[in-house]
Amino acid sequence: MKKVYVVDGARTPFLKAKSKPGPFSGGDLAVGCGRPLLARQRFAPTEFDEVIIGAAMPSADEANIGRVVSLRLGCGDKVPAWTVMRNCASGMQALDSACMNILAGKSNLVLAGGTDAMSHAPLLFGPQMVNWLADWYGAKSFGQRTGVAVQFRLAYLAPVIAILKGLTDPIVKLSMGQTAEIVAERFGITRQMMDAFAADSHLRVLAGCAAGHFSEIEPLIDSLGNIYTSDDGVRTDSTPDRLAKLRPVFDKVYGNVTAGNSSQVTDGAAMLILASEEAVARHNLQPIGAIIDSQWSALDPSEMGLGPVHAITPMLVRHGMSLQDLDALEINEAFAAQALGCLAAWESTSYCTEKLGLDRPFGSIDREKFNVDGGAIAIGHPIGASGARVVLHALKTLQRTGGKHAAASLCIGGGQGGAMLLERL
Amino acid sequence: MQILKHWRLERGAAAQNNLAWLYFDKSFADQSESTNTFSSEALRELSAVCAELKTNAPSKISGLVILSAKENGFAAGADIDEFTSFKSADEAYAMTVLGNEVFDQIAALPFPTLAMIHGFCMGGGTELALACRYRIMDDGAKTKMALPEVMIGIVPGWGGAKRMPALIGAMQALDLMLTGRGVDARKAKLMGLVDVVTPRRHFINAAKQFLLKAPAPHQPAFKDAVTNWPIIRGIVANASRKQVAKRARKDHYPAPYAIIDLWEKFGGDPRNVPRENPASQYSLYSHPTTANLVRIFKLQSRLKALGAGDSGVKHVHVIGAGVMGGDIAAWCALRGLKVTLQDLDYARIAPAIKRAAEMFKKRLKLPHLVQAAMDRLMPDVKGDGVAHCDLVIEAIVENADIKKKLYAQIEPRMKLDAILASNTSSIPLQELSGGLARPERLVGIHFFNPVAQMMLVEIVESPQTSADVMKRAQAFVKKIDKLPLPVKSAPGFLVNRILTPYMTEAQIMLESGIPAETIDAAAKEFGMPMGPIELADVVGLDVGLAVGTELHKAGNPQPKKIQELVAAKKLGKKSGEGFYKWINGKPQKTDASSSVSTIDLAPLWMRMTLPAVNEAVACVREGIVADVDLCDAGVIFGTGFAPHRGGPINYLRASGKEKLLAEMKALEQAHGPRFKADAGWDNI
Repeated sequence: MKKVYVVDGARTPFLKAKSKPGPFSGGDLAVGCGRPLLARQRFAPTEFDEVIIGAAMPSADEANIGRVVSLRLGCGDKVPAWTVMRNCASGMQALDSACMNILAGKSNLVLAGGTDAMSHAPLLFGPQMVNWLADWYGAKSFGQRTGVAVQFRLAYLAPVIAILKGLTDPIVKLSMGQTAEIVAERFGITRQMMDAFAADSHLRVLAGCAAGHFSEIEPLIDSLGNIYTSDDGVRTDSTPDRLAKLRPVFDKVYGNVTAGNSSQVTDGAAMLILASEEAVARHNLQPIGAIIDSQWSALDPSEMGLGPVHAITPMLVRHGMSLQDLDALEINEAFAAQALGCLAAWESTSYCTEKLGLDRPFGSIDREKFNVDGGAIAIGHPIGASGARVVLHALKTLQRTGGKHAAASLCIGGGQGGAMLLERL
Repeated sequence: MQILKHWRLERGAAAQNNLAWLYFDKSFADQSESTNTFSSEALRELSAVCAELKTNAPSKISGLVILSAKENGFAAGADIDEFTSFKSADEAYAMTVLGNEVFDQIAALPFPTLAMIHGFCMGGGTELALACRYRIMDDGAKTKMALPEVMIGIVPGWGGAKRMPALIGAMQALDLMLTGRGVDARKAKLMGLVDVVTPRRHFINAAKQFLLKAPAPHQPAFKDAVTNWPIIRGIVANASRKQVAKRARKDHYPAPYAIIDLWEKFGGDPRNVPRENPASQYSLYSHPTTANLVRIFKLQSRLKALGAGDSGVKHVHVIGAGVMGGDIAAWCALRGLKVTLQDLDYARIAPAIKRAAEMFKKRLKLPHLVQAAMDRLMPDVKGDGVAHCDLVIEAIVENADIKKKLYAQIEPRMKLDAILASNTSSIPLQELSGGLARPERLVGIHFFNPVAQMMLVEIVESPQTSADVMKRAQAFVKKIDKLPLPVKSAPGFLVNRILTPYMTEAQIMLESGIPAETIDAAAKEFGMPMGPIELADVVGLDVGLAVGTELHKAGNPQPKKIQELVAAKKLGKKSGEGFYKWINGKPQKTDASSSVSTIDLAPLWMRMTLPAVNEAVACVREGIVADVDLCDAGVIFGTGFAPHRGGPINYLRASGKEKLLAEMKALEQAHGPRFKADAGWDNI
């Protein structure tokens, strides 16, 4: 099978959404990491065949954000660019779309990745307000306007928060956190297990930072001169004890999923350069690795958190590989319950036989190889970017440890899983 | 009708609304001129066109559209070469009368007239547009309308001072006439200067539709109209005089005062001004300031011409994100270049990015343009830009060893044809080129602080710098809208070398007990935009001390106080205290006006400025710059040296060599050999 080479990659620090919109738009973030990435290449930005950006919630003024980013990065008028959306795996979808075009021989050199400024998610008017506004603009005479004016109700002004809409499954009407509660219930994952996992995620990121495992981060400077060098949602004080004090936010009062054991709402971007063998030779590139396979799978939307199990398993099976054959595994930590649920599912005889069609449990993976430098609970989950982040970090981990194979995967709101199989060269 | 050389008249048929189209196209037969300017010949031709249109069946004309056939703009105003060729005030006055008569003819045409403006519309161009009944303006970034006559010491005398206040009110009109600043289409529409703003691609259609309706001409709003009422007029004029007095002394710069008088007392028409009145064309023409300002204007064009050609620079890599490096990087990004800005860490780069964002917002205003400029300016701690850039500008600490070490690291990574430039203000390039593989590509590109305000950039040539690199460096500086001045590599180059003896003498005077306020007042009386003591504080005493020490000549006294202040970390404006205390960006001066008015300041400014003049003479003798004119241009655009005096050498010549030599002699006897006249005086 032909390979798609990963030449290089970079990401921004992931910036936790505060109460107000953050300092960077989705475009700013992609430019912020894409600019230094392109500056260190041997080829010019105009030599890309295309630019593909995953974004799940681009702002209204960044329509086809892929093209916006491409032009802002100086790729020039002639490089086509597009945007893909597959919820939490949009960034991975961008990589996969690039792979497909490279494998089909249509492209040789592609800039692909994802970005989302979730803190910029808009407040929307509800349908009642929209209808009222339509009547108001339609009213011509003073009399008509008076008639419309008296119909106005203050309640119409109550905003619809777009991000909450986006994080609620429209088919089963469950919030993403509620799907995690369902997964926890299925595998008996307790609040203590979730909080311990979350605390560990923070510890792993802190240790990874101290050891210099996040060389893919390109610092940002905003227009006020503030510097952002690292993921700012990581906490030194996220101990299981403190996490135990938080209230459940999705299934309120009696649930187990809290803000502390869920991924953070975050702004961030990650970009990779993918190349065909021909492009590697032509530009004399030194790739950091290759994407050798990918898999998209789907399942019950109310258990969307188990998506990685459904994507990784068939992908490894067709390469004759088991979890133990992986030197690194990155699964996006949408929720501690969901990440733990994936590990439990692979160890569960009934789940593996009933849901995956295997004849025995798929197995387990050493905790040292799984999210070795922590995950989205500490780092954050800018949904468009995370897919590109996990692929990039898995490759960086292989480079660091000298391992050969890695997998990167995400669960996807709506009941899907996406995975990529990676190889160090 | 006579054969026209500068105008093309096209008469549309009835099917095309009977419009007449008059294209201003200076010397169109051979296209020898790319810019429309009003020579007396062009004005006489316009007069003939008006006469023709008026006498030959005007009933068949439903409107006249005046537009430019030149790509760069509508018209640049009077032909400056013709203006400077006048031998007498009478000739200049005759030109004034001619312009007025022709534009009055336009205003009196019996059908609607419409000026369609794109690109620059300056001086006479604006006055022609104002003589039309309507104006339509292109919305492009390069479209600007102005009455900049004040900058060369004259008044908008072809009807501008009459028609603009009438059209938009005196407050707005005086503001434009007294500052000479240009307004873009958005602002022009807001002020009422133009009736419609539309992209140039719609000009023909817009003219047809607009003249078909021929609405009532623009009237100023009530609040603007009242400014022309007799009672209000005096109040507005006096307020304007007070404003002008803050920026320009009447004895140095008579033109702005003449503009106010012309509008207030003579209906804006120079033909009404008695010959002996200070506001008359005669008075202004014979005032030395006018000739000096015109000369500066022409010198500016000469400096621009030195930057002709293509620099090949699209990507600049700046190393050192301090005040100079950071601001150079921001300026290059503002002017459309891709810029990578390198320093040791992000914390050193961040303040430069902040300043850049502020400047982009102020100058570009529109958010998408600000964003594009910010995108062009990339922090580059790893120095990846070195490998791709066409020009490296090094702006790190003034230490030859550290600079050479840096060059050794970056030169092997640079493209073969990339230029290596140092922004050093004092280190001779010969000292830096030692270890280079290609010393011919090292050049000095020396910016002045503050980068955004200072027009001049010295292009420093070492004995090894190649002619091609010099030319490309000059073209680069022109490309970013600065004025390139080629200078030879010797300590201090031109500008700092001439400025330093002046600054030093001022500090010696301060230490001898003359109050700082008195010294500054004396320099301003000479015509400096800012006194030397205040300037030292603004530049930063650490910077001043470093340059002063570098350029100090053995045997001359060295000021002590600046050393003490720097040692005490009192660095001037930036630290809150230097020679002055600074509060909210303002020096706290004790009120010197009472004492100053009783002192004769001339001996004080004579003592400060003569060392600078003497150094300028030495620079010309040593060939630091090519000639006297470039010396004056450099000192004026690099330091703001009394523009109305036309630069140090021009001042020397105007004052009389013998007189100044006598002053030098007296000063030498009183204060020592630093006032000894340079050998070059003999050849001036």
